[in-house]
Amino acid sequence: MNEINFFIDGREAEASDGMTILEAAQANGVDIPHLCHAEYLQPTGACRLCVVEVEGQRALMPSCAVKVSPDMKVSTGTERVVRARKMVLELLLSAHPKDCMTCDMAGKCLLQKYCYEYGVSDTRFKGGAIYNYPEHRDNPFYVRDYNKCILCGRCVNACAEIQGDFIIDFAHRGFATMISTPLNRNMKDSGCVFCGNCVAACPTGALRERDAAGVAREWELNKVSTTCPYCGCGCQLDLNVKDGKVVKVTSNPSAPVNGVALCSKGRFGYGFIHSPERLTVPLVREDGELKPATWKKALDFAARRLCDIQGESGADSIAGLASARCTNEENYLFQKFMRAVIGTNNVDHCARLCHASTVAGLAISFGSGAMTNTIADISQADVILITGSNTTETHPIIALQVKKAARRGAKIIVVEPRRIQLCDIAEIHLCQKSGSDVAWINGFINVIISEGLHDASFIENRTEGFEEMKAAVKKYTPEYVENITGIPADALRAAARVYATAEKAAILYSMGITQHTSGTNNVMSVANLAMLTGNIGKPGTGVNPLRGQNNVQGSCDMGALPNVFSGYQQVSNPDARKKFSAAWKAELPESSGLTATEMMRAAIKGDIKAMYIMGENPMVSDPDTGHVRKALEKLDLLIVQDIFITETAKLADVVLPAVCFAEKDGTFTNTERRVQRVRAAVAAPGDSKQDWRIIGELAMRFGYRMDYESPERIMEEIASLTPSYGGVDYERIDREAVHWPCPSKSHPGTPILHIGAFTRGKGKFAAVEFSGPDEVPDADYPMTLITGRILYHYHTGTMTRRSRPLDEHVPQAFFQINPEDARSLNIADGQFCDVTSRRGAISIAAAISDAVPEGSIFIPFHFAEAAANALTNSALDPIAKIPELKVCAARVSPKEDAQRMLKY
Amino acid sequence: MSTSALTEIIERYRGKPGSLIPALQKAQAQMGYLSGETLEQISKGLGIPFSRVFGVATFYSQFYLSPRGKHTIKVCVGTACHVRGAGAALQALEEKLGVKAGNPTEDLSFQLETVACLGTCFLAPAIMIDKDYYGEQTPKTVGKILKKYIGGGADAGTPDPEE
Repeated sequence: MNEINFFIDGREAEASDGMTILEAAQANGVDIPHLCHAEYLQPTGACRLCVVEVEGQRALMPSCAVKVSPDMKVSTGTERVVRARKMVLELLLSAHPKDCMTCDMAGKCLLQKYCYEYGVSDTRFKGGAIYNYPEHRDNPFYVRDYNKCILCGRCVNACAEIQGDFIIDFAHRGFATMISTPLNRNMKDSGCVFCGNCVAACPTGALRERDAAGVAREWELNKVSTTCPYCGCGCQLDLNVKDGKVVKVTSNPSAPVNGVALCSKGRFGYGFIHSPERLTVPLVREDGELKPATWKKALDFAARRLCDIQGESGADSIAGLASARCTNEENYLFQKFMRAVIGTNNVDHCARLCHASTVAGLAISFGSGAMTNTIADISQADVILITGSNTTETHPIIALQVKKAARRGAKIIVVEPRRIQLCDIAEIHLCQKSGSDVAWINGFINVIISEGLHDASFIENRTEGFEEMKAAVKKYTPEYVENITGIPADALRAAARVYATAEKAAILYSMGITQHTSGTNNVMSVANLAMLTGNIGKPGTGVNPLRGQNNVQGSCDMGALPNVFSGYQQVSNPDARKKFSAAWKAELPESSGLTATEMMRAAIKGDIKAMYIMGENPMVSDPDTGHVRKALEKLDLLIVQDIFITETAKLADVVLPAVCFAEKDGTFTNTERRVQRVRAAVAAPGDSKQDWRIIGELAMRFGYRMDYESPERIMEEIASLTPSYGGVDYERIDREAVHWPCPSKSHPGTPILHIGAFTRGKGKFAAVEFSGPDEVPDADYPMTLITGRILYHYHTGTMTRRSRPLDEHVPQAFFQINPEDARSLNIADGQFCDVTSRRGAISIAAAISDAVPEGSIFIPFHFAEAAANALTNSALDPIAKIPELKVCAARVSPKEDAQRMLKY
Repeated sequence: MSTSALTEIIERYRGKPGSLIPALQKAQAQMGYLSGETLEQISKGLGIPFSRVFGVATFYSQFYLSPRGKHTIKVCVGTACHVRGAGAALQALEEKLGVKAGNPTEDLSFQLETVACLGTCFLAPAIMIDKDYYGEQTPKTVGKILKKYIGGGADAGTPDPEE
């Protein structure tokens, strides 16, 4: 961008061409007051507080909306300007309550700030309308008090420009003007998703977090920037701390991934931190009951029993589950403990349940199994193909990029069995039968090849195996595919053409692709499609698996997997083993260990006798929980390290109280491979301990030293042993974005993978055949059960269900059923039903919705009391060992006696 | 309003920029007012956020979001009419119709409104019913005029703003 010269308050200054006067002034250290403008929103020029004098212009100019031009002479503080600003403030004050002494926003309120700066304490416009609007408390998240609204429109623009939802706008006129939902309905019925981005944008106290009411003044708050503990987006947020308690979460426009945007979980889901149910002391089972114990007793007991079992039955009779919720440092240490101290590769974590097939499939196709492009990059795509991801609910901040792209004119193709929210902005929605993904992707490829839309030079130069793949897809004509998937042949053709003819097309996928017995094949098919059209290795394209948990990417990177050390260095590789063996000063086992799903089976068989589970809740998250219970109950020793007594911890012999994200230092790696800091904001409750210290103290009892000074020291060890993290250190990631692979301090990191060459050299086309799900509906179990997540809860609900607004908003489990099915089964909305599969039964309320197709039901898996995973099938993908959580057969029968209303 | 009439209006304006206000006008001309349901259908049909449609519909005084009386009575309370006794005429109308200005009668046969000027100061105090002007009104004369409209005496409804 060109630099231009202009004059500000009499001195010469420089600005970039295209800047507004306000931006140019800020760039030169001159602050101009503004209310309606926010740097993250389009200028509206509504409040007129930012007016300045421009030589040669008769009227005062709104500096937020006027561009600076060469040689422009701007005066920001003349008497005329000050008079105009005071007038604006007085007019605003004429209808604003003067209750700063009790207002939660005091100290943060911009109206208050500017009145102070301009010495405006009263208004000359008396006798005008003073509003007496009722305070809207129509939702558990935030309060709307329009008496304090100055009609700047920031909330309206935040809703439209950031969230892309257009829920609120100006309504009525003159003095009666107010911000309103359509027909002044309550927020929920208006379609609000309670991201609270309007609350973040409000410059006064008109929009406020409900739980922060009367809790703290702005100047009493200590803000600690950290990484959100929920999904894999990796949003940065500020924990607002008073007296050792997190009392509010705010967002920061300078946050690299998310800017000012957060979702309802990130902004309102912090209540669990100070839940009275937090574990504060170790528990040891005595006489069948978990009883409080000292750390010494608990750790001695755990170490002695582990040691005994190791001695009696061998190291491979012990298995460990690390945690996608814990930091990189803790996961690294956990796998080091299992490998170097226990001496087994039986270490895994819940990535097995979500993206094991991605890690396996993309490793085969590309050489590395992670999102190829970045989150910000998505908005540059011309076409975005989304499949198996209900992005607005599972990755809300990534969905904002999709919506942004759509507003810019990008075409969205959604391939989903359910009618998800993104279908509203999609050009094409293809509704495939659950578990038929290889078929429709092969169909896409068939159409693209037969119509000559493939990228021949990319295929020639960058890939191998094309001919075999081409032969394999030959029979997948659109008509053949229609028979398998139910997608009309012409719609498939149209969608394939849209994808193939785009300049830049990105694919986003998630567990709808991965959680199948054909999961790895599905992933390789997706990779085939991207390589076929050359949509890899450049901006706005790529194969982007959206990782589900805050640090599931990092846990995989850290080697919390049975076959690899950190950085995906194979345990079977003698060089890698030698390197780690030397660094860790221990003999390391050679053969791959058991996966999470295999551990449960081995426990039932008696081959696994002890498990150490850190921050996971397989009793709710794993398929066929009846089977999991059997496995865990069969163990001789179960050690659970967690922040709550989870359903899994209830079965433990020793429970070790750990700390949550707000109490620890470390790093998380988000879904786009960006390594980010986690910072302790509050002290850990009671006697609970840092996870890395617990692991270290256990190791110590085996005579193995793990006495790190801090997580930062652990990261130094990780960087020294892990090529892709070689350039990562705390000081650097504080300063700049680092996407792995980043092999050295001088390496800039790799936002986009596979530029010029694939990680494995040439991209590998895989000839993949369709195979149906393990279990399909039949006469006894006629419905297809789809499981998944909802926006307001996370994983097994241990955190979100202890955070008041989220829990109040969605307090109970429900299943979605199509209106036609509900009618034929005689089910009323909200009616409790028995949902049964070959593995179990749950009682759950019906939510009638045309979002699910006829013949299918959808159950979110967050609710332990109606656990979807009591029903799901634990059949495994043969390569990645991921269970088929997305499809099984079920039966629904209404309960006669219980006609209770669904609260959501 | 019949769904087909609204669908026709939406089809006519779909995809045309700047078509929200004409669409709202046509819809209101069909039905006399804009129900929430109508607004929502227009929002969906034209692909304009419902919040924006509601904002526009509530901004302009020409749009009505609640049912209106069949015949609109506009009582001029501009300066000239005020001086010549508009207040008395208005009061008489309010008493006879049993409503305050700004409201429809219970049976929805009349809508009583005040306006700032009808531009017919030479007829002061003036009232306008639907498209007809009536000058030099007194409490007595307004009663007589009303009778013309009771029982379907005059058939003009709310005028189409584009006509």
